[in-house]
Amino acid sequence: MNPAVRLPGFAPLMLLGALAVLGLLIVLPLGVVFQQALSQGLGRYLEPLTHPDSLAAIRLTLLVAAISVPLNAVFGVAAAWAIARFEFRGKSLLVTFIDLPFSMSPVVSGLVWVLLFGAQGWFGPWLMEHNVKIIFATSGLVLATVLVTLPFVARELIPLMQDQGADEEAAALTLGAGGWTTFRRVTLPNIRWALLYGVLLCNARAMGEFGAVSVVSGSIRGQTTTLPLHVEVLYNDYEFVGAFAAASVLAGLGLVTLVLKSFLEWRHSGELSASRRH
Amino acid sequence: MNFRPADDTSAATALEIKGVSKAFGRFPALKSVSLQAREREFLALLGPSGSGKTTLLRVLAGLETPDSGEVRFGGEDFLALPVRRRRVGMVFQHYALFRHMTVAQNIAFGLTVRKAAERPSKSEIADRVNNLLQLVQLEGLDKRYPSQLSGGQRQRVALARALAIEPRMLLLDEPFGALDAQVRRELRRWLRELHDRAGVTTVFVTHDQEEALDLADRVAILKDGELVQLGTPNEVYENPADPFVFDFLGQTCRMPGVVAQGRLQVADWVSEAPAGAPQGAVEVFFRPDEVSFGAPDAPGLLAQVKGVAQRGPDVRIDCRVGEADVEFQAHGPTLPQGVGAGRSVRVLPLRPQVYAA
Repeated sequence: MNPAVRLPGFAPLMLLGALAVLGLLIVLPLGVVFQQALSQGLGRYLEPLTHPDSLAAIRLTLLVAAISVPLNAVFGVAAAWAIARFEFRGKSLLVTFIDLPFSMSPVVSGLVWVLLFGAQGWFGPWLMEHNVKIIFATSGLVLATVLVTLPFVARELIPLMQDQGADEEAAALTLGAGGWTTFRRVTLPNIRWALLYGVLLCNARAMGEFGAVSVVSGSIRGQTTTLPLHVEVLYNDYEFVGAFAAASVLAGLGLVTLVLKSFLEWRHSGELSASRRH
Repeated sequence: MNFRPADDTSAATALEIKGVSKAFGRFPALKSVSLQAREREFLALLGPSGSGKTTLLRVLAGLETPDSGEVRFGGEDFLALPVRRRRVGMVFQHYALFRHMTVAQNIAFGLTVRKAAERPSKSEIADRVNNLLQLVQLEGLDKRYPSQLSGGQRQRVALARALAIEPRMLLLDEPFGALDAQVRRELRRWLRELHDRAGVTTVFVTHDQEEALDLADRVAILKDGELVQLGTPNEVYENPADPFVFDFLGQTCRMPGVVAQGRLQVADWVSEAPAGAPQGAVEVFFRPDEVSFGAPDAPGLLAQVKGVAQRGPDVRIDCRVGEADVEFQAHGPTLPQGVGAGRSVRVLPLRPQVYAA
């Protein structure tokens, strides 16, 4: 900020107001989560977390993220590359569709899979015949998560790759590099930090998603409950400490993501898309 | 590197472009362009933006595929070769240096991506990089990143990177486009010397006529995707094929005239029509500084001097000729004899070009 600019007299008041809102809506609830979780001591805090159902929920959450995040990273890079480098029919339609999960309620993103693969769905009878379970199973959770997190990587890469242009890749080709070498040695290094940024946000959402997965999960304890669903199950059972303990893990995950995200924005702002630069 | 002195007399045709057309959607970027470049020739593709010159360059590099036509290099069908097998060194308008690699890594790139069997050893690559750094006068900057270099330095790195693969042909897209005027002039000389030493056929694209005329062995002038004229700088400057070329190559005075029975009449000036001039209504073109001034009874266009303005080494002379305002130019510290505001003079175009109206 220019030091010569003087803040108007009511600025402190506005600042205080903003801080109050921030405290009331963000800091206070976050504090409550940890306060409730630890209200009966560290022992009572860790106990529900080490319960087999909780461990299963954590494992499942990690598994779903471990499958859906790489899928989205590959899709995101491919889509961004196609969109930023080529002119083709239906390009703007593709861009619009990538954004769809952002504007659509996650419940719908879950429901579509039930309509397709559920017992009453289009492919339900066929899947039943062949003994393939998608709804109320891990694959359903992955599908729902992939759909909800679809825009994260692609949205991050498209503006950056459009901004960088295709000249470096063209230069690599004229210098004798093949397609794969060009991708590995020129394209990928140019987008690595933006890719990491997108993957980070995608991962946070994949682990924290509730609406879409709750539709396809069926909440079978120890089998199809991910961590966010597990919180709800415990809460509905009046196991408040357990619910808040599980919630604190999610909240902690969010804080770690925030720190990493801020670090990327601070350290590598030049290599993120323009909208992320500070 | 294999440096040979340029030797134009024995040069054979290296590059042959025949009937190349290319359209982007419904916009025709190139319309059946044909031209040749000799071995070790420095050829300029000159034209305004949208004339197709960059598209033609990218066709040569293999970055665009023409809709029809032929491109041969050294007798070989170039269009059948993918980009990476053509071994053309291309310098992009904005250099396209690999931003995450150092200067040395940038220059070595074309060597390090070769298949293991054809790849020089690490020490050979390092030697080559050092030689090239010396050649482009950037010793000591090998560990810098592109973002730490000035525009002129980046351009020289791009050139060194292109030369590293010992290209059969060098392609330069607006090589001076992004540089300021001072650096531009210095680099122009230097690039010409480099070309003469490296002895590689070079094609460069520019929209700056001064640059093309100063630098190239031959100039190909393009307009709306068509080749309008091809010749040495002197040929095209002294004998522009049409009004467009005349206008594009420098400042222009144009006046309507009539050719009849071997005589050319412009306003009140009648002279012998140049050989091959079209009959009837014509447009007469001449350069504002290729004129001589004489007394009112001398031959030439009768002009009323309205004003005189000194601009650096040049003098601008605003005149009224018949119904039109015309601006002439003179060089040197003193005004031509008899010229002064408010006076009448005769202005004789020394090398008028006559085109059909």
